[in-house]
Amino acid sequence: MVKFDISGLKVWFGAIQALEGITLQVEANEILGVIGPANSGKTTFLRMLNRLNELEQNFRMTGSVKLDSSDITKIDIELLRKRVGMVFALPLPLPLSIFENVAYGARTHGVKAKKSLRDIVERSLTQAYLWDEVKDRLSASAFKLSGGQQQRLCIARTLAVEPEVILFDEPCSGLDPISTAKVEEAMLKLKKDYTIVLVTNNVKQAARVADRTAFFLGGELIEIDATQKMFTAPADERTDGYIRGRFG
Amino acid sequence: MRNPQCSQKIAFFFLFLSTLLIVVPVGIIIAIIIIKGAPAINWEFLSDMPRQGMRAGGIFPAIVGTLYLVSGAIIFALPIGLLAAIYLSEYAKDNFLTRLIKLAIVNLAGVPSVVYGLFGLALFVVFFKFGVSILSGSLTLGIMILPIIITTSREALESVPYSFREVSLSLGASKWQTIRHIVLPNAIPGILTGTILGLGRAAGETAPILFTVAAFYLPQLPQSVFNQVMALPYHLYVISTQVPNVDEKIRYGTALVLLVLVLFVNLVAIIIRYRFRKKKKW
Repeated sequence: MVKFDISGLKVWFGAIQALEGITLQVEANEILGVIGPANSGKTTFLRMLNRLNELEQNFRMTGSVKLDSSDITKIDIELLRKRVGMVFALPLPLPLSIFENVAYGARTHGVKAKKSLRDIVERSLTQAYLWDEVKDRLSASAFKLSGGQQQRLCIARTLAVEPEVILFDEPCSGLDPISTAKVEEAMLKLKKDYTIVLVTNNVKQAARVADRTAFFLGGELIEIDATQKMFTAPADERTDGYIRGRFG
Repeated sequence: MRNPQCSQKIAFFFLFLSTLLIVVPVGIIIAIIIIKGAPAINWEFLSDMPRQGMRAGGIFPAIVGTLYLVSGAIIFALPIGLLAAIYLSEYAKDNFLTRLIKLAIVNLAGVPSVVYGLFGLALFVVFFKFGVSILSGSLTLGIMILPIIITTSREALESVPYSFREVSLSLGASKWQTIRHIVLPNAIPGILTGTILGLGRAAGETAPILFTVAAFYLPQLPQSVFNQVMALPYHLYVISTQVPNVDEKIRYGTALVLLVLVLFVNLVAIIIRYRFRKKKKW
């Protein structure tokens, strides 16, 4: 089943073109890895999917992005962002307690009962493999956690609004290998219930967790294929060069 | 080229000297006011009406008047200023018109206070027919401190990291929810700073209240917002220049009360701000 159907997507910020006609589909319950060097348009692509690019004043686009075959510009923007959650590159806890960070999204969507909020927080933190580490200090500031814990808190915060898709924007770029492993473990468990798009600078990470991988270069989609095939026999020599670390 | 150690010492000396030049006169002024004014301070001075043509008795009506005016100015200016600041920093698009508005607001903060006084006289006293009253005076002081409150509130709102807004929006919160629950709580210390500055200015200015509210001599408390009141800065001016043979200690005593009142108001705001800052977690 196709979750996201992107066709002919071009994006400009002022005079600078960031995406030059991207056409691809994201399947439901897959992890789609997106790799490519800096400035290749991966993050712009990701931020298209929850319309976060529109916060930029000089943003302009053509082409279409469809979620479950309805155009995302026709979906109410708050509802779209509830359905399509995002985990950012740096751990960005809100200046609230651990509990309130996770409960924040649910609260904004109208959950008021204390009991339901507590259930949501426990379930989300458990899903993000953080519950056991923080269950005794839920009222402590989120900034007291380590970097890896903060990033898993951000994942829990995203899960708490019960999205259908989770966008990961280089989620492990600031983390040590053990924290990275924990985040990756969480992602692999999550794909059973969620569709995941993972933008990563770390080619090996895509190889470890992605079902399919897309390679972006200079705002263009060079190649998209099953990860296994991409990493053994890429169709394009630029893909081969990037994966082998010859440039980028 | 002189050696860097030496030029560093010279730089330090001048930096220190400049700081000293600021601190010392302020210290001397405060010391003189305290030394000369303290003997006048007693319960009667603070709680009694002026008597014998303001040459004896207390300054109670002026204290009450200043408190009324400052409260009125803040009640009027803080909500309007804050809402305008939220609009300008969060909603208004960055274009020529909004840049012009921002520039105008910054410049309004530098307009001489007597101009605000005349404006208040024309608009509130004459045009709206509020008369020379607490209402006119409070509104005039409020308008005078609006630019300060807007400018500092805007800076406070804009200093909240942009990433917090992105995170909140990415969770499906609306723009207003984001402002209400994430931006505003973290901007409160800065907003309070602006309010403190505004309060101090409103309490101390003479010119804006001269034509709009201040009474020369009124040995009774106001009954409504349409009454005149005495106010400390104007009272100080009156007993220093208009009434002959006022004992020096009464003049300095009045100045001391005004000073302490402003400091006290500031202190309250500083304590509130400190409490909020302690909760700040990034």
